[in-house]
Amino acid sequence: MILDSNIPEGPLAEKWDKHKFNVKLVNPANKRKYDIIVVGTGLAGASAAATFGELGYNVKAFCFQDSPRRAHSIAAQGGINAAKNYQNDGDSVFRLFYDTVKGGDYRAREANVYRLAQVSVDIIDQCVAQGVPFAREYGGLLANRSFGGAQVSRTFYARGQTGQQLLLGAYSALNRQIAYGKVKMYPRTEMLDLVMVDGKARGIVVRNLITGKVESHSAHAVVLATGGYGNVFFLSTNAMGSNATAAWRAHRRGALFANPCFTQIHPTCIPVSGDYQSKLTLMSESLRNDGRVWVPKTVETAQRLRKGEITVNDIKEEDRDYYLERKYPAFGNLVPRDVASRNAKLMCDEGRGVGASGLAVFLDFADAIKREGQPAIAAKYGNLFDMYAKITDENPYEKPMRIYPAVHYTMGGLWVDYNLMTTIPGLYATGECNFSDHGANRLGASALMQGLADGYFVVPYTIGDYLAKMPNERISTEHPAFKEAEQNVMAITNKLLSIQGTRTVDDFHKALGLIMWDYCGMARNAEGLRFAKAEIRKLRDEFWRDVKVTGVNEELNQTLEKAHRVADFLELGELMVDDALHREESCGGHFREEYQTPENEALRDDENFAYVAAWEFTGTGNQPMLHKEDLKFENVKLTQRSYK
Amino acid sequence: MAGSNPNAKPMDLTLKVWRQKNKDAAGQLVTYPVKGISPDMSFLEMMDVLNENLLRSGEDPIAFDHDCREGICGACSLHINGRPHGPERGTTTCQLHMRHFKDGDTITIEPWRAAAFPVHKDLVVDRSAFDRIQQAGGYVSVNTGGVPDANEIPIPKTIADKAFDAATCIQCGACVAACKNASAILFVSAKVSQLALLPQGKVERQTRVENMVAQMEIEGFGACSNTGACAAECPVGISLENINMLRREYISAKATSENF
Repeated sequence: MILDSNIPEGPLAEKWDKHKFNVKLVNPANKRKYDIIVVGTGLAGASAAATFGELGYNVKAFCFQDSPRRAHSIAAQGGINAAKNYQNDGDSVFRLFYDTVKGGDYRAREANVYRLAQVSVDIIDQCVAQGVPFAREYGGLLANRSFGGAQVSRTFYARGQTGQQLLLGAYSALNRQIAYGKVKMYPRTEMLDLVMVDGKARGIVVRNLITGKVESHSAHAVVLATGGYGNVFFLSTNAMGSNATAAWRAHRRGALFANPCFTQIHPTCIPVSGDYQSKLTLMSESLRNDGRVWVPKTVETAQRLRKGEITVNDIKEEDRDYYLERKYPAFGNLVPRDVASRNAKLMCDEGRGVGASGLAVFLDFADAIKREGQPAIAAKYGNLFDMYAKITDENPYEKPMRIYPAVHYTMGGLWVDYNLMTTIPGLYATGECNFSDHGANRLGASALMQGLADGYFVVPYTIGDYLAKMPNERISTEHPAFKEAEQNVMAITNKLLSIQGTRTVDDFHKALGLIMWDYCGMARNAEGLRFAKAEIRKLRDEFWRDVKVTGVNEELNQTLEKAHRVADFLELGELMVDDALHREESCGGHFREEYQTPENEALRDDENFAYVAAWEFTGTGNQPMLHKEDLKFENVKLTQRSYK
Repeated sequence: MAGSNPNAKPMDLTLKVWRQKNKDAAGQLVTYPVKGISPDMSFLEMMDVLNENLLRSGEDPIAFDHDCREGICGACSLHINGRPHGPERGTTTCQLHMRHFKDGDTITIEPWRAAAFPVHKDLVVDRSAFDRIQQAGGYVSVNTGGVPDANEIPIPKTIADKAFDAATCIQCGACVAACKNASAILFVSAKVSQLALLPQGKVERQTRVENMVAQMEIEGFGACSNTGACAAECPVGISLENINMLRREYISAKATSENF
């Protein structure tokens, strides 16, 4: 298989405009003859479904939640980047492009990233027109802030709930199309297989989560906007229901999965408090704009603190190590996420961690409160401080917060070309579900940007090109391909229900998560990864022998839902390990201990690894097949990332 | 690993949980003891512990809605000891921690109770009526593309902040569950206010309020009798001012509408 990224010819800045002109159009009167399925209704899915409806296509949209408004995009806090340069501080499309490619440690595709930066400005206009209440200045114009490693203020925000406000905008656009009858919405419905006819994606098989009924839906094209796979780790900042099943089942049908080992560990999360923990809570990294990260200078002080012999306020200024400010004077506390996370781990590995477990560092607002006053800090971060206090029972205005990194985002995902089409014709992947824009590390406030860019402004153009070239005949769900897929789904369900073993689904999920966190988390090495691979295989075998799923298919059965998802995580986890093992370099969120600079920074190998690793499924337990898409950098010079 | 409060002792509790097989079945409260609950657990983590125990003994675990567990998605919806989202003000169930309960407590857990929110199973209810109300007019009619530059629509900060306050509704339905009439007026008013305050929403303000209120009535929500229970129990603090605003919008729309 040759991976053709279909990047248009011509200078970087002209590619997208040229491509938009060159793509085929579907005549307005013919659009109603084409059906599009959209799976997932977060930012990437809701925006695409609404826009398809507006254009005149017939859309069916699916989500497993009870309402599209609950998709996990809702939980994004910090903001959304756009190269508006409203602040006159030197931002531009090229600078946002450059920052994103560099921040991704040169493992993203230049053309896609440039397009992302270009359409970023349209997103803000669109959202404001919908009534999204972004933060404003007293003059009535939009406010911006600097965010997560950027040296310009290009982040638009809506208090600490930018994700909710943007999603409500997309949800309102979606609702309008539902009311018009252009979009048919299927909530509490989960995609469990992809249906292919003549090598093309022509539909999906879903399970109604209330009745258990397995149903087929046919269309001319399928868009997966199903989010990331961070829940492989069990503990992550993802929502409990976030899963990789739709993407993984498409992978099993032939869609290549790219860079699965590129996962992002977010530095500012609330530390784990006990083994009952069900998820981790992220606090926006905007906190790092004013909070100072530190640990005690010596292991002895840290030990005394952990034992409760001293309190944090007993530690004198000169006994504190503001390690990010010390090591990275230019960026200080605002270094990119992977750098901040890894340094927190290093401090804890040295024995200087805080909190009862020793797996935490301080994020201290005392100086900011002294400088600006408590009301100013409360105005900026009040909701985050309240959330922290609710969860930990500690007051962050009086005591520094304790934070620790947690799995947050997955840069890897289904391989897509410039048109966001996967290796299966007619199957698209948008938002976090694809791999394309963030390389090996995503910059803060760029996930919301990508989800909406893909959904509002990219896939509505590119899908037209595909549909215009295909006949509009519909395929009946009585077609043997649908029946085969339905039987496949029922076979998996029946198998899960029939095992009647002794261990619960969560039990297996937690065991998988621990393996992934310990050996394929913030730092990886060949020996650990080989061990992890063997452990995952053992665990997967045990799952299919000993999992306990109660109830029946024909009911609301949350255990069965989880069992399907964990079965897929048990395969995806192994692929992540394979990918991490094969990539013998460090880049962004992928840190191989064998490949680091003398100063413990990630050491890339551009000679041998400047490519996208796209994996082909060859059967459960078989070695997947690697395909490479070479990355060409014509507009950005590859350098060792330095934030010093 | 110890939590943030190493002195907190594990608790033993008695739970009385609403169990109902499906929407047509009769339901009942079933008693379950739970032991060794850490005060640092969230309420839903306590439910996870109970469910794991039920599963291990081969019993059907308790179905409940939950997703983000960060208080923003609005999925969680438990009626705890007679109050939506439990005893803590301004807190969703997922953000409620067990430190607000005492060793030996009996806790009653029920689903939202409202005719417009039929029970699917156990503690899971059908809130799709809320989606249909939003579909009736909770939007600004703009297509993707062709919109003015964002800064061409200046909005005074005070107005933007007020609209924002209304926009923070998480669509959980606690307002309905708290109301003795199961009225959805606080929910509807939040969206009506947000869009009526903003210049972008003013064009359609009349039809919006008429259509959303009409849909609310079709869905079978009760009438508002001004007790204010909705705002008192709202986990994100949606204010009663929004209901006043909705009424002004509604009267003004009706006074000029052909449906008058």
